[in-house]
Amino acid sequence: MAADGRTSFGTSGRSAAVSDETAAEAEERRRDEEALAPDDTVDLGEVRREAGVDDVLDALDRELVGLAPVKDRLRELAALLVVDRVRERFGITADRPTLHMCFTGNPGTGKTTVAQRIGELLTGLGFLRRGHVVTATRDDLVGEYVGHTAPKTKEIVGKARGGVLFVDEAYYLHRPGNERDYGGEAIEILLQAMEDHRDDLVVVLAGYADRMATFFEANPGMQSRVAHHVDFPDFTADELVTIAEGMVADQGLRFSSEAYIALHEYLERRREQPWFAGARSVRNALDRARMRQARRLGEGGDTEVGLADLTTLEAPDLRASRVFAGGHRAD
Amino acid sequence: MADRWSAGVIPYAEMGYWQPDYEPKDTDILCAFRVTPQEGVPPEEAGAAVAGESSTATWTVVWTDRLTTYEHYQAKCYRVDAVPGVDGQWIAYIAYDLDLFEEGSIANLTSSIIGNVFGFKPLKALRLEDMRIPTQYVKTFQGPPHGIVQEREYLNKFGRPLLGATTKPKLGLSSRNYGRVVYEALRGGLDFTKDDENINSQPFMRWRDRYLACMEAVNKAQAETGEVKGHYLNITAGDMEEMYERAEFARDLGSVIVMLDLTVGYTAIQSMSKWARRNGVILHLHRAGHATYTRQKNHGVSFRVISKWMRLAGVDHIHAGTVVGKLEGDPASVHGFYDVLRKNSYAADPSKGLFFDQEWASMPATLPVASGGIHAGQMHQLLHHLGEDTILQFGGGTIGHPMGIAQGAEANRVAVEAMIKARNEGRDYLAEGPDILRDAGKRNKPLEMALSTWGDITFDYASTDTVDATPTPS
Amino acid sequence: MRITQGTFSFLPDLTDDEIRLQIDYALAHEWPLSIEFTDDPHPRNTYWEMWGLPMFDLQDPAALLDEVRACREEHPEHYVRVIAYDASLGRQTVALSFLVNRPSEEPGFRLERQEGKDRQIAYTTHAYATDRPSGQRYGRADSGRGARSNGHGR
Repeated sequence: MAADGRTSFGTSGRSAAVSDETAAEAEERRRDEEALAPDDTVDLGEVRREAGVDDVLDALDRELVGLAPVKDRLRELAALLVVDRVRERFGITADRPTLHMCFTGNPGTGKTTVAQRIGELLTGLGFLRRGHVVTATRDDLVGEYVGHTAPKTKEIVGKARGGVLFVDEAYYLHRPGNERDYGGEAIEILLQAMEDHRDDLVVVLAGYADRMATFFEANPGMQSRVAHHVDFPDFTADELVTIAEGMVADQGLRFSSEAYIALHEYLERRREQPWFAGARSVRNALDRARMRQARRLGEGGDTEVGLADLTTLEAPDLRASRVFAGGHRAD
Repeated sequence: MADRWSAGVIPYAEMGYWQPDYEPKDTDILCAFRVTPQEGVPPEEAGAAVAGESSTATWTVVWTDRLTTYEHYQAKCYRVDAVPGVDGQWIAYIAYDLDLFEEGSIANLTSSIIGNVFGFKPLKALRLEDMRIPTQYVKTFQGPPHGIVQEREYLNKFGRPLLGATTKPKLGLSSRNYGRVVYEALRGGLDFTKDDENINSQPFMRWRDRYLACMEAVNKAQAETGEVKGHYLNITAGDMEEMYERAEFARDLGSVIVMLDLTVGYTAIQSMSKWARRNGVILHLHRAGHATYTRQKNHGVSFRVISKWMRLAGVDHIHAGTVVGKLEGDPASVHGFYDVLRKNSYAADPSKGLFFDQEWASMPATLPVASGGIHAGQMHQLLHHLGEDTILQFGGGTIGHPMGIAQGAEANRVAVEAMIKARNEGRDYLAEGPDILRDAGKRNKPLEMALSTWGDITFDYASTDTVDATPTPS
Repeated sequence: MRITQGTFSFLPDLTDDEIRLQIDYALAHEWPLSIEFTDDPHPRNTYWEMWGLPMFDLQDPAALLDEVRACREEHPEHYVRVIAYDASLGRQTVALSFLVNRPSEEPGFRLERQEGKDRQIAYTTHAYATDRPSGQRYGRADSGRGARSNGHGR
């Protein structure tokens, strides 16, 4: 590709469409919303229902265990935006609120899921046309040669227009001390896009809290354009157990009472170990437990099994993990 | 089965032409015939007779059959279904082995399948409803010399139906006056104009004079609009030598397209298809004469079969019905013809009269032409029924415009563009069609005038050639 | 004169909102879009200059519309068209192509006739604009940033 190509054929920038409503339909719907006279009244509950606000928040409650502070932040934001919308209909035009966000927290704490729900929320309220989420990392944004970065970043921004651009581990864009690094260029373009397209693009920067703090220190421009900082706490052991129960139930399985105790102990130990990735680690642990269960059933002395045997995870399936042997790595 | 070889006449069914257990091979050519047997002839025997007479059989037993693997060459009637709601008619399904046919020859294919059997006495009437051409046979033809995609790229016209008009009156215009009609219609906004089927080379206007006049008109219109324009120069003539001479002259004058009539015959069409591919000239086919054998439901050959043969033989355009115009064309059947011509593969669909699955193996598509009694006021219906890949030919609907030919052409072009724009914008263009046209007419006098002149004209007669299946209400 | 290439040339020039709806239609069909411009309007001029590469995987028209505006701004006296491609099997060609900018004046074409034997005439369509060098063909000379700038310098 020519070094200065405006767009590229790359397929990076995975996107997930979440709304069936086209931009034209959404705009038409908004136009149809009647302007209000000063002595009118509005039922905010009705507005919330029409915009699907509670549907989105309820879905989030169902999908994600725990995360109470995150959910609270989202409820606050939704309430604010609903009121903003209604004020607008009374003719009080405030500037569009800045909606760019920063999600900090460890891996596996639900950041991507929340970004998707925010996309839906903002689409329902008319702040975004489509609300799809385009996920990008440094590799999708930063090029390897002079002139390579701008088209890559612009392409991703173009794909995200009308929705959410989720930049995972955003701090990798910034590599202090390396003059030949093009990450700075990507940051510049992102900043410009966050300003120019604030009407139809929400940028979410995500990553570990400490590194994100360092990143913002080095890039005050980013800091000032991000209005909402949301911290995703690690799951407690109890929450992880609930997550695990949900996962096995989805697969038609259950824990025996001994296994349940083992699971609890396992997760308490595991979350203290390095490389713990929240719900993702739970899923991996359960996959391995199912494998051990299968071997136990198939290679044990008595290979005659019934439905209960096939659907029950027993304590040894979990206790065989290296986590219990004091290993530093999972298993 | 010693009886099989006794001298004399024995029923076809007993000679192996009725095989209800036969499972058609992927390579077989399959036919669906509508059979109306004489009184007292059982349908299986009638189907077997059709199979026999369209393949190996003769009226009596011949010992020379025993010098061949005759079972291999026998066509097999494998299924007979009563036509719902009609007494005395059956659909007979017959399978023919691929070995029965010469590669790449419509003449041979048709001589076998419709050669003698249509005059066969034990049948009151017979109609070839549909054929499944196996991929192996499809690949012995090259099909349309250009196809829809290449034609659009050649003309640089995308995203809307093309527009045409047949020069009227059909007969009597001198070349100078004839070219005037072409020039006005093209500069006004049509993409194509067309010779009529019977404009060949008559005393009032010889072909060479017509070609020169038309190409002056085409080029002048091209320079005035910045668009590629064309006139289908009819090269139909009494012999191939003459057709080649006319085609070559059209090519030398820079015409993008020539046309033929179906009356020249299948072999002449295949020859001109090769010529058109070799010379980069689009080939248009007028289906002159087809209704003599396609229209009656109980006897003849369905137009969906003719469509299939012509896509194989290789024409870029063919007239295939309008649904809403003045000529025969039941909507469901016409949708079926359009599928045959345009799709790369489709499944059997009784609601459109398509009896078999068909796989075209990426053979280029033939562009269906809608011509005969259509006008700008029907644009929403035309787009709904016929889609985007079609040529809408407004002859009277262009030339009969009260303000003039160019304004008639402009009205049609504004109507089609307004309708496509509305469709793309997501409007319910079929329901809102009249409003869309009226609004476009407010900004365009010729369209407004066309709507007030022809807006109410419809041709609402019952079709004779309809499909048997009626959709089950859901 | 007004050249009538493109799907909507007989309608009033499309507004940006109308262009957006057409882009929406293309995106709904998953057709990638691209922008091309030229100052040679000959009907056989297939290859207009590309304004960047085709844009794939867009979810929303905004980014493409921005490029349309940028291309117009840089080439106000050129023809600019939006093209949607259908990459599906059996098509693999342009699905929709329409003009989104025209020069302020369109001088049109001269039809040249070369008389030959037997009353035959060889025709050539000649765009008046191409009498002048590329970049100075329409309107104010040198308006825009040069005939072939595809905006990469921005």
